[in-house]
Amino acid sequence: MPLPPQLRKISDTIWELPVTFKEGMLVPARIIAPESLLGGMEAGVFDQAANVACLPGIINYSYCMPDGHWGYGFPIGGVAAFDPDTGVISPGGIGFDINCGMRLCLTSLTEEEVRPRIRELVDELFFAIPTGVGCTGFVRCSRSTFRRVIEHGSRWCLENGLALPDDLEMTEEGGCFEGADAGACSDKAIERGYDQIGTLGSGNHYCEIQVARPENIFDEATARAFGITVPNQIVIMFHCGSRGFGHQVATDYLQSFLKVMTVKYGIRLNDRELACAPFRSPEGQAYFAAMKCAANMGFANRQVILHRIREVFSRVFHRSPEDLGMRMVYDVSHNTAKLERHLIDGVERQLLVHRKGATRSLGPGMPGLPECYRKTGQPVIIGGSMETGSYLLAGLKSAAPTFYTTAHGSGRTMSRHQAKKMFQGRTLLKEMEQRGIHVRTASYGGLAEEAGLAYKNIDAVAQATEEAGLSRRIVKLEPIGNIKG
Amino acid sequence: MPYRFLEEIATADVAFEAWEETREELFTSCAAALLRTMAAAPELVARQQEFTIDLEHEELDLLLFSFLQELIFYKDARQLLLHADRVQITERSGIHHLEAHVSGERISPGRHRLLVDVKAVTLHRFQVAFSDGLWRAVVVLDV
Repeated sequence: MPLPPQLRKISDTIWELPVTFKEGMLVPARIIAPESLLGGMEAGVFDQAANVACLPGIINYSYCMPDGHWGYGFPIGGVAAFDPDTGVISPGGIGFDINCGMRLCLTSLTEEEVRPRIRELVDELFFAIPTGVGCTGFVRCSRSTFRRVIEHGSRWCLENGLALPDDLEMTEEGGCFEGADAGACSDKAIERGYDQIGTLGSGNHYCEIQVARPENIFDEATARAFGITVPNQIVIMFHCGSRGFGHQVATDYLQSFLKVMTVKYGIRLNDRELACAPFRSPEGQAYFAAMKCAANMGFANRQVILHRIREVFSRVFHRSPEDLGMRMVYDVSHNTAKLERHLIDGVERQLLVHRKGATRSLGPGMPGLPECYRKTGQPVIIGGSMETGSYLLAGLKSAAPTFYTTAHGSGRTMSRHQAKKMFQGRTLLKEMEQRGIHVRTASYGGLAEEAGLAYKNIDAVAQATEEAGLSRRIVKLEPIGNIKG
Repeated sequence: MPYRFLEEIATADVAFEAWEETREELFTSCAAALLRTMAAAPELVARQQEFTIDLEHEELDLLLFSFLQELIFYKDARQLLLHADRVQITERSGIHHLEAHVSGERISPGRHRLLVDVKAVTLHRFQVAFSDGLWRAVVVLDV
């Protein structure tokens, strides 16, 4: 892919588009990637990173992470911070799947113990966790109960026997965004999502049984601190978000912002998908309160799925989840906007940080970390394709320039249709089986779209985040079982 | 119902282009493309339930946006996959009114050969335009 001629190399992993690249840019755009990954980025990535740089109140730079690819509004991998008093909030900077995120759970089991039961485990997980188009969950709750869920997130799960106290401690924001207001969410959003708690969805959402092999451990001491202590230890990783509820919240406010953005606030943009409102405006504040509800649904959704996973493992191995060591490593979102404190030109300021397909990455000793990770930094979970594996990394203080943010996944290099032309779902399933990865899917077509070759090389992405000082690799996790929507 | 999926404008998502002689047929084709995105065998979605969707908007393109969004809403809220059988668009005092007769049935994962869950209609490159005697739309869906 030809790179924009204006793109300037700042360092081996930082590339900058100056404000002259596009009319209206208020700050430069910076792409964080080695040359090898940069070449694979679509032209749309540069265009969208530049569009973000046009948003009022943006601070320092519009960033794109090493796994960046062409999205809508922000690029996927887009990061931008705004002055809350002069800046905006944009649903297009968060994504429709608000609080889409990753959760990683330990077990004390080894590959040798799990291999003989892998089919049974994957099949049981597939039945226990609803997947695919329009699926509904096992938690039967009324619309009014759902309103409590979205205001309290994982806390509601704890109160209802679906979480352990430690789960909340190991979840970003303790599993609940404060200030969530169900009154800011439409009846339609509630209607769309109230019976979807505990569902995976489809697309690139998955639940995977993975193994931490000794040869894939980059830092043994930190791996131990994260709970990876046994050779060939089995862990469970899953990826999903706030389901139809979050999608509807984003859609509602996208439409609401379009009505007021120019007429009421005089903001003119060259991409309607970046529709925004001043953060302090009534519309901006209403979206922020509704977005927090969707974020809480994301946490509750992943918490209920974890509860189901524990039940399945317990049933299959006839041992309690405690006995199986099924503790959470961490749960971290990659689609949010949050008010955070950052140093800008030596002065600590409150900023509204948008992360769309980008993961918070707190370094050692930083506020907001669970006590047990104070020395190591935040666990960062980067999900790869279902064929190639995923990474557990640790946050770094050197990620300060990107507002303590790193990559979130491999990033697609091939369109879904192209992938379907190249790969056959059933053939892929058989090939993966031969390589020791047992898969159950709700859709063979959907499976083909998620083939490993449709994604960037996860090893290159993880290494790039380390070279750029955003996060450091602790262990690569390889799949042996996978359920897909 | 002419539509085709586009590969070059949405790497991670699903994009399609539709074209028809009338606005009404264009809306129907877009609904068909949306259904085909979610189900490999839309012809197997039986017309067991039917009802009418009424919407209005000042902008024709945002009327299409709302219409497709409504179909996505029913997919989650009622687990319904829907065909748009008949669409009527009228214009009064600068407002476009849509009356769509839709029909379909509850999702049956095995029979409908489900593909991918559509999260939302995006405004990325979203377009409805009339040129060379045809109404054309470009739609990118977040999946």
